[in-house]
Amino acid sequence: MTSILYDTPGPRAKRRNVVFSVVFFVLLALFLWWIWQTMDEKGQLRWALWKPFTESQAWTTYLLPGLANTLKAAALAMVIALPLGAFFGISRLSDHRWVRGPAGVVVEFFRAIPVLLLMLFANEFYDRYTNVTSEQRPLYAVITGLVLYNASVLAEIVRAGILSLPKGQSEAAMAVGLRKGQTMTNVLLPQAVTAMLPAIVSQLVVIVKDTALGGVMIGFTELLNTRGTLAANYANVVQSFVVVAVLYILLNFILTSFASWLEGRLRRSKKSTGAVLGEDTVEMNPAAVRGAFGTGENTGGGGGGAF
Amino acid sequence: MFDFLEGYDVLGAFWMTVKLTVLSALGSLVWGTLLAAMRVSPVPLMRGFGTAYVNFVRNIPLTVIIVFTSLGLADIFGMTMGASDDFDTQGFRLAVLGLAAYTAAFVCEAIRSGINTVPVGQAEAARAIGLSFRQVLSLIVLPQALRSVIGPLANVLIALTKNTTVAAAIGVAEAALLMKEMIENEAQTLAIGAVFALGFVVLTLPTGLILGWLSKRLAVKR
Repeated sequence: MTSILYDTPGPRAKRRNVVFSVVFFVLLALFLWWIWQTMDEKGQLRWALWKPFTESQAWTTYLLPGLANTLKAAALAMVIALPLGAFFGISRLSDHRWVRGPAGVVVEFFRAIPVLLLMLFANEFYDRYTNVTSEQRPLYAVITGLVLYNASVLAEIVRAGILSLPKGQSEAAMAVGLRKGQTMTNVLLPQAVTAMLPAIVSQLVVIVKDTALGGVMIGFTELLNTRGTLAANYANVVQSFVVVAVLYILLNFILTSFASWLEGRLRRSKKSTGAVLGEDTVEMNPAAVRGAFGTGENTGGGGGGAF
Repeated sequence: MFDFLEGYDVLGAFWMTVKLTVLSALGSLVWGTLLAAMRVSPVPLMRGFGTAYVNFVRNIPLTVIIVFTSLGLADIFGMTMGASDDFDTQGFRLAVLGLAAYTAAFVCEAIRSGINTVPVGQAEAARAIGLSFRQVLSLIVLPQALRSVIGPLANVLIALTKNTTVAAAIGVAEAALLMKEMIENEAQTLAIGAVFALGFVVLTLPTGLILGWLSKRLAVKR
C-alpha cells in the first residue's frame, strides 16, 4: 500500500517491519501481563466480583434504569438541540444584521462555557425560581445544560455545512426565482445535511457522554450514578467501571454505525437532493468540511466539538 | 455589588483550571503524537493498537475516566501518584492523568488528519527526485502537515480547557467546584453564573483568536 509517508515496502523494509511488530508485540504483551498481574494481586479477578453482571438483578435494579435515564436525557437533549442549532446556524447566515448579530453573540457565548457550568447553573436556577419538583430537577438541569451548549455547537456545524456548498447553488436558486427561505429549505439545507452528518453525529456522541456529568455533579440517576449504588452494594468498583465503560462504548458505537448507514443512504439517493449532490459532496466534502472545521475561522471550540 | 465574592478564592480556582489545562495539554500532546505516529506507521500491529485506543477512549465519557482514576486507580490499585498523604495533590495529579489520557485520542486524530491533508503527489514527487525517507518527511510532508494541524489542535486545546471542569467530580478545587459551592450558598445566582462564564470566555476566546489567526497565516495555499 502506498501512503503519504512511505512507499510499498521492499524486502528490507518488510524485514524491518517484522522486527518492529515483534518488539511492539512483546511490549504490549508485557503491559497487559502487568495489568493482569496487578488485578490479580489486588484480588480484582475473583469471579465473585464479576458474577453479579451475569445475573439479572444487577441489571434490572441498577444498570438498566440508569441506562434508561441516560438515554432519556440524551434523546430529549438531541431532539431539542438539533432544531435549535439549525435555527441559530441559519440565523447567523441571515442578510439582516439585527438577526445575524444577536445569533452570533448567543452562539459564541454558550460555546465558550463548559457544559458543567451550564448544568450547575440550571440546577440552581430551577431550584430557586421555578416549581420543578426536586425529583425532576436534575433531569431538567442536565437537559438544559446539554441543549444550550450543544445547540450552539450544532449551529456552527450547520453554518459551516451551508457555507461549504458551492456558491453556484444559491445563485442558481436565485436565478430561477426562489425566495431566500425557499433557497434555504429546498436547495441548501438538503445538500448540506449530508456534508454535516459526520460532524453532527460526533456531537450527538458528545451529548450521550456528557449526561454522565449530571450523574456525578447534580445527582441525576443516570448510568454512572447507578453504577455507584451498584458498586456500593456488591463491592465491585473496578468491575462496575469496566461494564459501564463497555455500555457507553456500545451505545456510541450503535449511534455512529447508524449514522454512517444513514450517510451512505443519503449520499446514494438521488431523489432527495438532486443529481448534483452525488459528485458534489463526494468531491467537496472531505476537504470542504475539514477546511471549515479545522483551519477555518473558528474562534471557539467548534471543531473540538467532538468532546 | 460584588460583595458575594468575598471569602471565595475565585482567581485561585481559575489558576487551578489553568494549571490543569497546561499540564494535561503537554501530557496529551506527547502521548497523542506517539499514538498518531503509531496510527500512520507501516506496522499493522501498531496501527491496530492506535486505532483501538482512539476508538475506545473517545467513546467513554471523560467523567467515567476521571472518576475511575480516583475510585479505581487510587483507592483500589493504590496508584497515589507519589502523594498518598496529600489528598489535594493526589486528586490534581490523577485529574491530569485522566485528562491527558482522554485528550490524547483527540490530539492523535487532529495530527493524523493534518498528515492526511498533504496530497500524496507531494511525497511521490519528492521520492521521484530521489529524496530519502527522512528528507521526504522533514522537508516535504511534516512542514505542510504541521501547519494544517494548528487549527484542529487549537480546537482540542479549547475543548480541554472546558473539560478541566470535570475534575470537580473528584474534588479538585478548580472553577466549577467553586461555582457549585458559591451558587449553593450565596443568593446572587445570576451574578455568580456570569462571573464564572466570563472567566471561561476570557480563557478560551484569546486562545481561539490567536491560534485561529496563526493557522490562517501559516495555512498552505493550495
